Amino acid sequence: MTSFDAIVIGGGHNGLVAAATLAKAGRKVLVLEAASEVGGAARTKDFAPGFRVSSIAHVLTRLHPDVVKTLELEKHGLQIARGDFMPSVALSKDGPPLVLHGAYGEVLTGSTPSEQSVWKELRAQLMRYAGILKPFLSRRPPDLAGMSLAETAALGQTALALKKLGKEDMRDFLRVLLMNVADLLDEQLADIRLKGLLAFDATLGSHLGPRSPTSLLGLYYRLAGETGGAAGAQMLPKGGMGAVVAAIRAAGEKAGVTIRTAAPVAKIIVEKGRAVGVALDSGEVLRARTIVSAINPAATMLDLVGPREIDTGFIRKVKNIRMKGDAAKLHLALDRPPQFSGVDAAGHKGRLVIAPSPDHVERAFNPSKYGEFSPEPVMEITLPSLSDPSLAPSGACVLSAVVQYAPYALKEGWDAGKPKFLKAIMAQLESYAPGIGNSVLHAELLTPADIEANYRMPGGHWHHGELQADQMLMSRPVSGWSGYNTPIDGLFLAGAGSHPGGGVSGAPGLNAARRIIAMKG
Amino acid sequence: MNHQPTLKSSKARTAAQSHFRTLRLGTPFQPHIDALAKTQDWYNWAGYRAPHSLWDEELEYFAIRSQAALFDISPMTKYRIEGPDAEAFLDRVTLRDVTKLKPGRVHYTAWCDDEGFVLDDGTLFRLSPTRFRLCSQERHLPWLLDSAIGFNVVIEEETETVAGLALQGPTSFAVLRDAGFAGVEKLKVFDLAEFPHDGGTVTISRTGFTGDLGYELFVPAEKALSLWDRLMTSGELRGIRAIGYTALNRARLEAGLIVANADFTTAEHAIRADRLRMPDEIGLGFMVDLEKGHFNGRRAILGARAKRKLRYVLVGLEIEGNIPAEHAIVYHKKHQEVGLVSAAMWSPMAKRNIAIASLARPYGDTMVEDLWVEIYTMRELQYQKLMKRAKVVARPFIKLDRRTANPPADF
Repeated sequence: MTSFDAIVIGGGHNGLVAAATLAKAGRKVLVLEAASEVGGAARTKDFAPGFRVSSIAHVLTRLHPDVVKTLELEKHGLQIARGDFMPSVALSKDGPPLVLHGAYGEVLTGSTPSEQSVWKELRAQLMRYAGILKPFLSRRPPDLAGMSLAETAALGQTALALKKLGKEDMRDFLRVLLMNVADLLDEQLADIRLKGLLAFDATLGSHLGPRSPTSLLGLYYRLAGETGGAAGAQMLPKGGMGAVVAAIRAAGEKAGVTIRTAAPVAKIIVEKGRAVGVALDSGEVLRARTIVSAINPAATMLDLVGPREIDTGFIRKVKNIRMKGDAAKLHLALDRPPQFSGVDAAGHKGRLVIAPSPDHVERAFNPSKYGEFSPEPVMEITLPSLSDPSLAPSGACVLSAVVQYAPYALKEGWDAGKPKFLKAIMAQLESYAPGIGNSVLHAELLTPADIEANYRMPGGHWHHGELQADQMLMSRPVSGWSGYNTPIDGLFLAGAGSHPGGGVSGAPGLNAARRIIAMKG
Repeated sequence: MNHQPTLKSSKARTAAQSHFRTLRLGTPFQPHIDALAKTQDWYNWAGYRAPHSLWDEELEYFAIRSQAALFDISPMTKYRIEGPDAEAFLDRVTLRDVTKLKPGRVHYTAWCDDEGFVLDDGTLFRLSPTRFRLCSQERHLPWLLDSAIGFNVVIEEETETVAGLALQGPTSFAVLRDAGFAGVEKLKVFDLAEFPHDGGTVTISRTGFTGDLGYELFVPAEKALSLWDRLMTSGELRGIRAIGYTALNRARLEAGLIVANADFTTAEHAIRADRLRMPDEIGLGFMVDLEKGHFNGRRAILGARAKRKLRYVLVGLEIEGNIPAEHAIVYHKKHQEVGLVSAAMWSPMAKRNIAIASLARPYGDTMVEDLWVEIYTMRELQYQKLMKRAKVVARPFIKLDRRTANPPADF
């Protein structure tokens, strides 16, 4: 039997990044994936005969440059070109849409000249402030209990960056940091379509409305991501999100990573406070010096390790991680491309957002606080087959949309609620793309309950834990244990539940692997 | 002018100011205790009205050492912990190896938070293979319930429903035997057994907080008064006396036993970061069992030991002279402050001036020479400052053969 230095649980993109990085550092690594294929929430899947779609994550906004570089992903088939950057289109029922071109609106069209110049300034400011936070993405969070010289120096760099902003800007950065996005937008912008789009992006994937305190952080998180070296840029990967995973996988296998699919882990074996191996559902036992869990942190600690091996205080913290998803994913197989009112051909290849105003987003959020879905949901729509015809039969079209708000714990239960929610979504789509309803060959709606069941994501939350101020940085996944290592020696966390969080970035996986290497694990 | 037009009776005055009353619960024994309380010297024990003394604290102490003393321990926090996983649960929560605690036995233990700081100490009674009673100073239900996640176990507070009595002293065995608890002579130290009482049962354990021959008795609250009467009647000719805490506190100090939140600050009560204590820092390091499975704080304790981060040590002191050094500061070479006395007395049994103190390591640990305590003694309205030599000595300060003698002696 081959022996491994490290076993990575979970073949999602972070697990694969961690595995590949460790393998490149000379370790023998085994990845265990429960499903029949790797990729987790970043897969390209068939959902109707001839139709393929990025199953959960569908827009690439933040694949970390260090991941691309470390794993040489471009050598392994990943293609990122400036020409692939897609615009964001704020859809409008009455009148032409507003469009952010290039990397998050380098150029704004569809609004007044004065709004354009205000946006230019606001965009520059948002990028500047997000840039302060950006270096945190690729490091482990500051450890308040004791930092190495290098870590202290890195934190000093951030302080220096703040100082470099100048007195006024630094004050403003600190003033707005924990604001809600709606208030900030109201300070500066006039166009409710632009404000609606930004309010949507700030709250996408979290249980927050634009008027919830700290909602601006979501926008910073979004803009701290970059694609092809351009902050805020977004693209649809050719071949769907599965193609990104395929490149990471190829890099890993080149470095010697062994991957086993359909191998769900039942238990992490702990002896005398140290993780020494895993037991599979099949009963097979595999041992290794280092165990890396790239699945959900709560599932790792509560289910695989089990509370008996962990201190009570830690269990309390883990149980308190908020991770109830509030976003659903819609896949439509259409017999022809839809026509969104007022949108040109280039726009249809972009990211189409239904969020007509911050108030609309807030109103969509309100019912979710009380366990009800939004009667008029907000959504982010892509038509990936328009730029990648391989995803749909000729002449047909794939629609992929993230739809909010869809509370995990729906009061009436998702069995009863799902058809009603789909109806509400379709009504919303129909009003922006008349006739779309008649072109639907097949519809797949994944509620948080479905995402939980199909993707092993507790709460159906794609960040594996709400990405809000209290669950970020040194508080992610829990305070005191944000450095990827855990109270169990030899057990590390490498998934989106760890700093910096979710989205197809690979950053948690990369940071975890670096930490393991630094700790000689 | 602002004087009272009519003088009310003092009772009426008190009644008119009922908002000044401190509401404290009575224990199931309260009617009997109230009847004996000549000194009216009460304190608050976990929300209960408990006596510091009842009639004479000196004589109450000697009742422990020469007769039989009856002390109401009902306010002690008690939890029933029951279920198939009760043993595994307690093994994870507490420091000692619970799998080694056989049914019918009791052990003294302690438990820690994640950081290895002591939350409390207490006694664990194994009533059956699957049923335990945990007794402690502080309340811990939320902690115990959160610790029970993943264990098949029921945890229930039984402080109110179970009454407790400590019967301590050389004649205590004879009192129980004469009260008709057949077979009680078979109990060795830390044994427990159930005996019939008043149509129900009483759990009697050969345990106590005095270092003397003694027993603790637990009954359902509604049988409390009849148990008291039964013991008082049988003990009449053997000098049985009800006592308060002051007397017990002296006996426990002679026995070298520590009291949570008197000799150390429990982790959930400590406000200042340097007041937290690991087991090794309060003399409970012997409980830490690294051979058993995981328990709360294991990682932290192991880390602190490996990195030599234990900062304090709890020691017994023998101090020259006969003036108790209560809360005196301990010095090295008469000038460097190295610790504090948490309990002190002139011990009539040991005929020594004894104390328990917490010192900052290495003092009391590897450096035990040239230690002094500064005692302020009031002599006719003037403090006299005494600098007295202190010697680190082993605890207990007294060792009584009758405590462990089998069969227990009949006095």
